[in-house]
Amino acid sequence: MSLIHETDHGTPPSKATTSVTLRVDGIDVTVPEGTSVMRAAMDAGIKVPKLCATDSLAAFGSCRLCLVEIEGRAGTPASCTTPVAPGMVVSTQTERLKKLRRGVMELYISDHPLDCLTCAANGDCELQDMAGAVGLREVRYGYVGENHLDAAKDESNPYFAFDPAKCIVCSRCVRACEEVQGTFALTIDGRGFESKVAAGMDQPFLDSECVSCGACVQACPTATLMEKSVIDIGQPEHSVVTTCAYCGVGCSFKAEMRGTEVVRMVPYKDGHANHGHSCVKGRFAWGYATHRERILKPMVREKISDPWREVSWAEAIGRVVSEFRRIQAQHGRGAIGGITSSRCTNEETFLIQKLVRAGFGNNNVDTCARVCHSPTGYGLKTTFGTSAGTQDFDSVEHCDVMVVIGANPTDGHPVFASRMKKRLREGAKLIVIDPRRIDMVRMPHVQASHHLPLRPGTNVAVLTALAHVIVTEGLVDEAFVRERCEPDDFAAWAAFVAEERNSPEAVAKISGVPAELIRGAARLYATGGNAAIYYGLGVTEHSQGTTAVMAIANLAMATGNIGRPGVGVNPLRGQNNVQGSCDMGSFPHEYSGYRHVSDDATRAVFETMWGVTLDHEPGLRIPNMLDAAVDGSFKGLYIQGEDIVQSDPDTQHVVAGFKAMECVVVQDLFLNETANFAHVFLPGSSFLEKDGTFTNAERRINRVRKVMPPRNGLADWEITVAIAHAMGVAGMDYTHPSQIMDEIARTTPTFTGVSYDKLDAVGSVQWPCNEAAPQGTPVMHAGGFVRGRGRFIITEYVPTDERTGPRFPLLLTSGRILSQYNVGAQTRRTANVMWHDQDLLEIHPHDAEQRGVRDGDWVRLASRVGATTLRAKVTDRVAPGVVYTTFHHPLTQTNVVTTQYSDWATDCPEYKVTAVQVTPSNGPSDWQREYRELSVQNTRIAADAAE
Amino acid sequence: MSPDKLVYMANQIGKFFAHQGEAKAVAGIADHIAKFWDPRMRAAIQAHAASGGAGLDPPVLQAVMILPTAGGEVPRRGGGEPTRSL
Ligand code: SF4
Ligand code: SF4
Ligand code: SF4
Ligand code: FES
Repeated sequence: MSLIHETDHGTPPSKATTSVTLRVDGIDVTVPEGTSVMRAAMDAGIKVPKLCATDSLAAFGSCRLCLVEIEGRAGTPASCTTPVAPGMVVSTQTERLKKLRRGVMELYISDHPLDCLTCAANGDCELQDMAGAVGLREVRYGYVGENHLDAAKDESNPYFAFDPAKCIVCSRCVRACEEVQGTFALTIDGRGFESKVAAGMDQPFLDSECVSCGACVQACPTATLMEKSVIDIGQPEHSVVTTCAYCGVGCSFKAEMRGTEVVRMVPYKDGHANHGHSCVKGRFAWGYATHRERILKPMVREKISDPWREVSWAEAIGRVVSEFRRIQAQHGRGAIGGITSSRCTNEETFLIQKLVRAGFGNNNVDTCARVCHSPTGYGLKTTFGTSAGTQDFDSVEHCDVMVVIGANPTDGHPVFASRMKKRLREGAKLIVIDPRRIDMVRMPHVQASHHLPLRPGTNVAVLTALAHVIVTEGLVDEAFVRERCEPDDFAAWAAFVAEERNSPEAVAKISGVPAELIRGAARLYATGGNAAIYYGLGVTEHSQGTTAVMAIANLAMATGNIGRPGVGVNPLRGQNNVQGSCDMGSFPHEYSGYRHVSDDATRAVFETMWGVTLDHEPGLRIPNMLDAAVDGSFKGLYIQGEDIVQSDPDTQHVVAGFKAMECVVVQDLFLNETANFAHVFLPGSSFLEKDGTFTNAERRINRVRKVMPPRNGLADWEITVAIAHAMGVAGMDYTHPSQIMDEIARTTPTFTGVSYDKLDAVGSVQWPCNEAAPQGTPVMHAGGFVRGRGRFIITEYVPTDERTGPRFPLLLTSGRILSQYNVGAQTRRTANVMWHDQDLLEIHPHDAEQRGVRDGDWVRLASRVGATTLRAKVTDRVAPGVVYTTFHHPLTQTNVVTTQYSDWATDCPEYKVTAVQVTPSNGPSDWQREYRELSVQNTRIAADAAE
Repeated sequence: MSPDKLVYMANQIGKFFAHQGEAKAVAGIADHIAKFWDPRMRAAIQAHAASGGAGLDPPVLQAVMILPTAGGEVPRRGGGEPTRSL
């Protein structure tokens, strides 16, 4: 293994389709029109010296190191800013150029400290490389000039340092922050030798608008912006390409290593989802893997109030199996089940559903996607024929109108948000439909054309009103509908949406969105060119979540915005493998590839492969499992990588369910909140410690590669295999996850072309990947819908039963923040807490004043089911009547207040609408106090732990 | 399982199919419940319907009446303390 060095072509590729041939140092080279001379030279294998250019940024032409001579042209133009021309003859190395370049380097070096031996970038410094490349042998201005070593370092950011002494003012960082990340946090202050890089209003990085994405660090050619981990550890010696385990963007990273220690995670330019960009989580927040609170030994206990006892793997697995078999003997086959996680790999997820179906003998397997995107599955399958987003991320480059509904991409999907912002800066239009003024509504160089600040719970009404405008104003793409959709369903739908009660004027009263805004947005969506809808959990997590997804699909079909780049319906998936965990058959009614358990032909495939008879009845979904537990018919649960107690709604009900179970098995990295109620704890492995695949929001299957041995001794898939073996499940003799993928491919029609060999060869593929599409499918439904003709569905608005009233007059909605991830089990154990160390309640100044609440005060947040306390943040980002918080911290336990209302079709909880009251408070709620005590009691580990 | 919650869930499904006209709605509701509810949930709602079906909207009650009997074994209740405190 060695360090992967990606080629830097100096300037970005040209997208032109016409090509130009030129000659560089006697070599003929053909490149797309618009390519720079520098990049063309690189294509010919010739590296022109450069400092201010790098291929993630537009050429800038400031350092004058990349000069070339061109026949018939005067002077020595910069090759980075000079486009190629047909027949051009370029020399990159002449006596004149050598002299000029040395002169440039002499100037740089005379103003640069020469502490190379002790510099963190030693061995990875472009300034050093260039000094070598131009043959710098002396510095006529002397070495004693300015060394700037007394310039103050900025070490405020927990992950990278800024040492202005090393800066050559190439402005690559400034441009990376603008062009790649779109945050505009950096500027060059001053002129000439006095010029320097400044963050924000000349503030420390941490206090500026910087979001710590790391793009500037990566772009910096010197040691000026440098990862603190490199300063601490030294330069890496090998690297492995893997996939971020946080969000559904699925960024590819090079894990740069020294032995088994991660030195840094560097976004991989060849990653098809991220193209070399990253966010603060994937780039920097991986330290949880070695956090001291990580549990590395299996543990058991009789009662949940007992301290944990460390035991051998054999004893822990033995306990799981004997308890599960006992429970089944006493209470029936259906009394146990399993929950897979969207954080785990496809292979691990597939194995758990196999264990449940083949080993437990029932279909009681569900995934945490239940509580996020299950409505997407149902809604898109009903309308289009399959449960997945229609586009790849690159599609956004062809988009003219973006609709963002119930999503907050700059926080939830930051790397894709940067792509969206780039396209918006290029002129695409933006419509935001969200109760809250998310950052994208207005940020540097991005402004939404329309923001529809609807009341939480009225998505379906607003989406149907958009359809009303499209139908009644004659904006339907008639040809598309005629050729591609079911005519009768369309006719019924068009008549329904055209009814007066669905007009913007009628819906304005329900949603609080002025009719003209709805009309304007509908017109723009229908007539503004390629229009794409991007949506998140603000759409799905409602009692009408599935209906809203269908309403979105209806809009896309009615306007013909489906089946080509730039358009489509794009669910932004929360966790890294939400798409994959759904694809892999971890729903209680479906096998991998979304085939119902009652389908005899599908069952026959698995029965033959697994050698067992399989249950044809659907199993329990997560909320049903908890209800059945409270009711006494569900007693045992195996949970991999999921914290149900913190993440599921109505915590008190969840806790009641867990307390009623007899054997709860938690497999996780840490003693999470659910482990408070567990009888067996199986220590899990982090994404750095295992092989597998994740499938991101664009259906892209990316490899996860092991960079260090599992610290707990076993990769997660090995733990499931051990349980399966002990239960006597046949066909579980895998020696590598690639064999699990082979089984997935053999049994799942949309995956038949997927193998580790293919993924290693091409990087990643998007399913369907099979005989019909051997290299995968970036855009779905191109020639026809998966179900044949697209099906319009009538989307009657049914108000949620969660209503405000005199006791609970405000509506609470929730979301997440950039630096934290879901229940925070990982990110809270990293320096990311510097940005968000507690959940805050956003409340409008008007509502705050009425209640005597000031910014920063402790407040009590109470709903019909429970109460918690947290600090208030007074802001007009939320509308009057609406409050908002995040759910990253177990101390807050936001879900103590959320209710059991759920989506009619999928039981996905209605997290986004809870009627609440907010009052000043001076201490934790009773629940918080009791829970803390219980938590302390239930997380004790016996001191005399056995080996 | 608590009939109240199942009745609520079934009626919620009913509201989605309501506009399709009675025959289609009844079939749609029955199909949805058969596809997504596990046997013990179906058995519970069927028992509730058999004893009058209090609270079930009319098409939903009809749909429950035409549900096929759950195949396989229905898990037994036992123990379990329904409680909302710690
Ligand atoms: S880390 Fe990212 S946001 Fe911060 S200054 Fe650098 S490029 Fe800008
Ligand atoms: S900090 Fe680095 S990238 Fe930015 S101007 Fe200085 S040397 Fe260039
Ligand atoms: S959290 Fe998401 S956007 Fe950030 S690096 Fe990981 S995959 Fe990329
Ligand atoms: S690399 Fe071309 S001017 Fe700096």
